[in-house]
Parts: sequence; structure tokens; C-alpha cells
Amino acid sequence: MYLAHTAQNLIAGLIAAALMATPVASYEIQERRIYPAQGETSVLRVISTADLDVFDPILAAFQADNPGVSVDYTVTETADLMQALYEEGASFDLAISSAMDLQTKLANDGFARTYTSPATEALPDWARWRDQIFAFTQEPAVVIVSDAFFEGQQPPDSRDALIALLRESPERFRGRIGTYDVRRSGFGYMMATQDSRNSESYWRLMEVMGRLDAQLYCCSGEMIRDVATGHLALAYNVLGSYAQSRLAMTDGFRIVQFGDYVNVMLRTALIPQTAENIDDAQTMVDFLTRLGTRPDLVALSELPAIAPDSFQANTALRPIRFGPGLLVFLDQLKRGAFLRNWEDSLLQD
Amino acid sequence: MVAAILSVAFFVIVRSVAEQAAESTQDDILSASATAIADSLRSEGSNVMLDLPYSALSMLGTLSEDRVFYRVFTGDGTLTGYDDLPLPDRTPQRGQPAFATFDYRGDQVRAVSVVRPVGTGTSARDIIVTVAQTRLGLEQTSRTITTTAMGVGAGFFLVATGLSLWAASAALAPIERLTGAVARRGPHDLRPVTADTPAELMPLVNALNSFMARLRASLLRNEDFIAEAAHRVRTPLATVRAQAEITHRKLNKPEHRRAMREMIRAIDESARSAGQMLDHAMVKFRTDTLAGDRLDMCALIGEVCDRLGATADLKDIQIVRDLPDEPIPARGDGILLQAALQNLLDNAIKYSPEDSRIVVRVEQGFDLKVSIQDEGRGFGDADLTRLKTRYTRGANVGDIVGSGLGLTIADEVTRAHGGRLEIVTNQTGVGACISLILPRI
Repeated sequence: MYLAHTAQNLIAGLIAAALMATPVASYEIQERRIYPAQGETSVLRVISTADLDVFDPILAAFQADNPGVSVDYTVTETADLMQALYEEGASFDLAISSAMDLQTKLANDGFARTYTSPATEALPDWARWRDQIFAFTQEPAVVIVSDAFFEGQQPPDSRDALIALLRESPERFRGRIGTYDVRRSGFGYMMATQDSRNSESYWRLMEVMGRLDAQLYCCSGEMIRDVATGHLALAYNVLGSYAQSRLAMTDGFRIVQFGDYVNVMLRTALIPQTAENIDDAQTMVDFLTRLGTRPDLVALSELPAIAPDSFQANTALRPIRFGPGLLVFLDQLKRGAFLRNWEDSLLQD
Repeated sequence: MVAAILSVAFFVIVRSVAEQAAESTQDDILSASATAIADSLRSEGSNVMLDLPYSALSMLGTLSEDRVFYRVFTGDGTLTGYDDLPLPDRTPQRGQPAFATFDYRGDQVRAVSVVRPVGTGTSARDIIVTVAQTRLGLEQTSRTITTTAMGVGAGFFLVATGLSLWAASAALAPIERLTGAVARRGPHDLRPVTADTPAELMPLVNALNSFMARLRASLLRNEDFIAEAAHRVRTPLATVRAQAEITHRKLNKPEHRRAMREMIRAIDESARSAGQMLDHAMVKFRTDTLAGDRLDMCALIGEVCDRLGATADLKDIQIVRDLPDEPIPARGDGILLQAALQNLLDNAIKYSPEDSRIVVRVEQGFDLKVSIQDEGRGFGDADLTRLKTRYTRGANVGDIVGSGLGLTIADEVTRAHGGRLEIVTNQTGVGACISLILPRI
């Protein structure tokens, strides 16, 4: 079994290498793997922003349920996924993305197909939009703090408490706070814009962090690494699911969910208009939206499934709402204005 | 029918009102959105700047999951938004939003455009802000309302139909009761109707009762008239005949006596004819409302034979009664049956030769058959069926005076009793047999 899997990966890697040698699209493919099915009857072509090691167990389980379906899995950045579908008209059967705003834009501008099934209708209202976007994970933006730094000390539990702490002892934190560079990270930008809507204290926090020479990162992984090593005291707006999975492997940091509010990002799937294998795409949508019924897969992929109960248990959790509101911060003028504000706050050199 | 028309009208009105309401709601939100965007326009030097308010677009997502498009147009080009979103046909007036409906990106959209001047002095420009939204929510709302309206309309129709059917049957039930009460009545039952009827039907019942009262009075008058006429005609004739008899005895000259005999014979015939005509009129009247009395046919025949016994004796004719000893039950109008038999027997006596026999026989088989067999001349070659019609007589009546009513009376009476008259004429030319056949009870 293990050998077969390895062989499969090897073959997939070779194919991926061959394909990447002859670039056909201008959007950038990070990784591509084909999961061939024995006695192949159809191919499901997925474009996704989720890494292969995260999605591998899900794809394997999907193939176990649907023998005969080969999966052609392409990994890109969120912006490349958008470019592929929106501008280049690339043909994929399913688009999986963590960028809710871009998925909304795709659906709003008519690039998604409508699909309803008992599985999609079982989703809470906030977890689907227009029966075109279907959420299958809920991933909070959290703060991670260094165990070493906060030894014997209670970490702040809200944005206001964090601002107060930073103002109290600026020298301790100078150069030791991390957050996303929202100019480079789609997730960082979306969380920042949602923060700016949710609370006035966001801009004050950015001002304070800017004055303390905050470090800017592209990705959650690097922030976690630097917090775990004690290089950073804390990192703000880290992808919670990612931090959670790192926590199993790495010591030295803690996850803090603020009590004022926690933005919850929803990872979503949509069936593009350009889809050719719609049947299998719909089967995959059903499979993903029922992720909560497969605890084994949740554990393996470390993707937290949609759980409406968790919002009752913790009222600070706020799922980011689908809808035209998400289009506002995609507006180029708006984005320019927001980034100028952000730079004015954070880059005070 | 009226209920159906009303239901359809109700449905159409509700639907159009609902659509207007839904559309005006969407127009209001679109206007608010476009105005919010226009209000956040500002000029920086010669540039127009826009900080798109979050609420401007998010408010459009509150009511439905409709697609939203927007465009901000400066006159030189698109400042931001969807640069293929159509501009309004005519530049809207300031403060006056312009609405339009068109297809865009595969769906029908409702669009609103507002104009706002930005800048000061010579650099002031009119900026057009257009916000468009698909009409999925509108359609859903109007579909929901339509479905509801359809349900209410159908329910209204069913209830109205049910009510009207119930009302109709409730209103007609007394009339049916009344009809049944009148139809069940016997032929002589002309008593006032007393069936339980609602107040609305009282005029009809009163009119019916008053009509029946007049009918009863009229029938009584007719009966009186017939009795009176019979009496008035027969009595003077009897007097004249008696006087003629006396005169006949007093006359000595044979030619005078012969003339007087002729007169007496004529008087007899007149009396007989008058009697038959009155009998016929009575038959006509009584068969219309036939009585169903229980009778003994034996006694009835015996009575008729007794009554005509004297006439038969004058011609030395013997009436042989071939009757059973026990009574023969029958149902019918005794007076009519008596008249029928009397006319038949009278005919038999009249056409029989002197010193002959007439046999009256009753046979009880499947039917009750009363036959009168004579030894007369029969009916000759006359059409036997035509004999029964009024004033028709046999082909060989010759010198014998007759009205031609006797058989007609007998025929009408038997038919009124559900029976028939059978005429068998002897082919040798001697004797005829007439049978009155009635159903047995």
C-alpha cells in the first residue's frame, strides 16, 4: 500500500515535471499531481489553493468512495487561481480556494455554476452563497504567542488589551511583533479588511505595531516558526488551522483566540462555468460539504469542518459573510486607499 | 363561474401589486447604494477619488443573494467598477436617479444611475454612478407571493364554489320536497299542499293551492253540468214519450197510429243517443282522473243485465248469464265499467234478431275477459279497428238507428283501465262476440 502510494507519487511527480516544462498558461502553477484511478472512467480536474499534503488524504478518500475517477490536482496561489479562471478562461472542473472574496467575485461575475443537493442544502446559510459557493472548512484568524516570552504571564485576550500591553512596555516588543504583509498575502489582506470593518481599534493597533517596528510576513508558516523559536513575541492574524496543525509538531508557542471577535475564514469550492466533468465535480462538492461526517479525514487533513455548533459555543467567532460586501475591498481604488492607510500606519520609518 | 373570475382577478391583482412592491424595494436599495457611492466621491486636485463605502455594496446583499455590479464613470473613462456595464441612455438629472432594466452578463439586471458633480469651478465634472443588481430575489419574492396568491385564490374559489353549491342545494331542497309532495298525489287529491316549505316559497305554495282550489271547483261544476244535462234532456223526452203513448192509444186511423209509432221510435232513439253522448262526455271526464275502487265484476254484470232485461224481453231475447258463483274482484271506476257493458249489451240487443240468445260470459285466465256473444248480423266487412272510433258504424247497420258511440265508449273505458276491447265477427255472417279484456288484480 505504502509502496504503491509512493510509486503513484513518483509517477505523478514525473508527469507534473513534464507538464511544467511546457508552460501553456501564464498563471503560475505551484504543484500538480495526477491521482490515476484503476479502470479510469473520468477525470476530475481541480484547481486549488490548498497544499497537496493537506488535501492528499481527502483526495484518497474521495477516490475510495468513487472508484474510476482520476483526480488531476493543480495547486496555485489564490491570485493565480483567479487569473486562470477570470482572465484566461482556463478549464477546471472544481475550484477550491481560501480567498472568499475572489470566490465571491467569480460567482458574482458569472463564472460559477449553480448546484443544489441535499448535502449543500444541509449547509448553514452563511456557508454557501447563491448555491454556487460552498464552504467546507471554517478557519479562524488567531494570535500566536511565544511561550518563552509570555512565561508566567497571561497573554492579552483582546485587541484593546494587546494595544494596552504594547503601549505599556514598548521596548520589550520592539521588532518582535509579526503580522501579514497585506500587500503580498491575499489571506492577510482579507483579514485586515475584515478587521477594519469590525473594529475601530484595528487602525490603532496598526499604528502601535508600526511604531514598534512590526515584522511583515508572507505566510503563516514563517510567523509560526519565528514565534516558536522565540524570535517573535507574538504574531497577529495567523491562520488558526495551520497553527493548530503545527502545534502538534512544534513546541514553544500558544494559540490565543481574542474575546472581542475572531474572524473565521471559510475555505470554499465552486464549479466553474468552464467545467467539463460536472458530475464528478458535484460529487466532490457533496463529499467536501460532508467533511464533518468524516472525523478521520478532519484529523488527517487538519482542516476543521463546518460546525455550526462552534459558533454557539464561542460567540466571538464571526464567519466572514459572503455577499457583495466582499467585492468592496477588491475594488482597485478601494484597495489602493486601504493599502495607503495600512502603509501609513505600519511603515513609519 | 363568477367565483373563478373573481379568483383570477384577485390573483392577478395581488401578483402585480407584489411585483411592484418588490421592484420598488429593490429600486430604493439600489438608489441608496448609488447615492452612498456618489457621496463618497471627492476631488483631489484634478483627480476624482473614491473610497467605496463597504455598506454601499453590502446593503445589496442583505435581502437576497443577487449579483451586484457597479461602475463609476467620469466622462473620460471608467474610474472604477465594471467598465462594460452600460451607461444610462440619457444622462440623469442631478438628484434624479435613472432606472433601467437590461440583460448583463447572462442575467436580467435592474440598474440605477445617479449623477453627482465633483470638483469646483472649471474642474467641476458630472460623475455618473451606476449600480446594478440581478433580480433573483425579486423573482423569488414575487414567486413566493404568486404561489401564496395562487393558493389563496384557489382556496377562495373552492370555498366560494362549495358555498354556492351548498346554498343552491339548500335553496332547492324545499322545492324538491314540494315537487315530490305534489307528484306523489293521487289523481283526485286536490287538497291544499301542506309540505314544510321555507317562507320564500310560500307565495308559490299559495298560488299552487289557490289554483288547485279553482281546479277542484271547476271539476265539480263540470260533473254537476253533466248530471244536470242528462237530467234535463232525458226527463222531457220521457214526458214526450209518455204523452205520445197515450195519444197513440187514442188514435183510431191506422196511418195516424203508424205516424205516432214512428214518432215514439224517434223519441226513443233521441233519448238513447242523448244518453250515449252524455255517457261519452262522462267517460271523457272520468277517465282523466280514473278512480280505483274495489268492485265485484259479477255483481256489476248482473246489474247491467237486470237493467236491460226489459228491453230484451220486448224482442223475446234471452240473456244467458254464464257467470261464476263467487264474486270476481276488480279495480276501477264502477260507473264507467257499467256504462261500457251497458252500451255493449244494448248494441247486442239492438242488432240481434227477435227470439234469439245473448250469452254474457266471464272467463278468468291471464286477464279478466267479459264477452258478449250474440246471434246478430255481425259487422260485415267493416274495418274492425275503425269501429272503435267515434260515430263509425258497421257496414251492414241498414235500417237500424244508432249513434256510433257505443263501441267508442266501451273502448275508451277499457283502455282507461289498462285493458282492450276485442271484436270477433263470425265469418259466416251470423253473430259477433265483443270482449272487454281487463288486467286481473
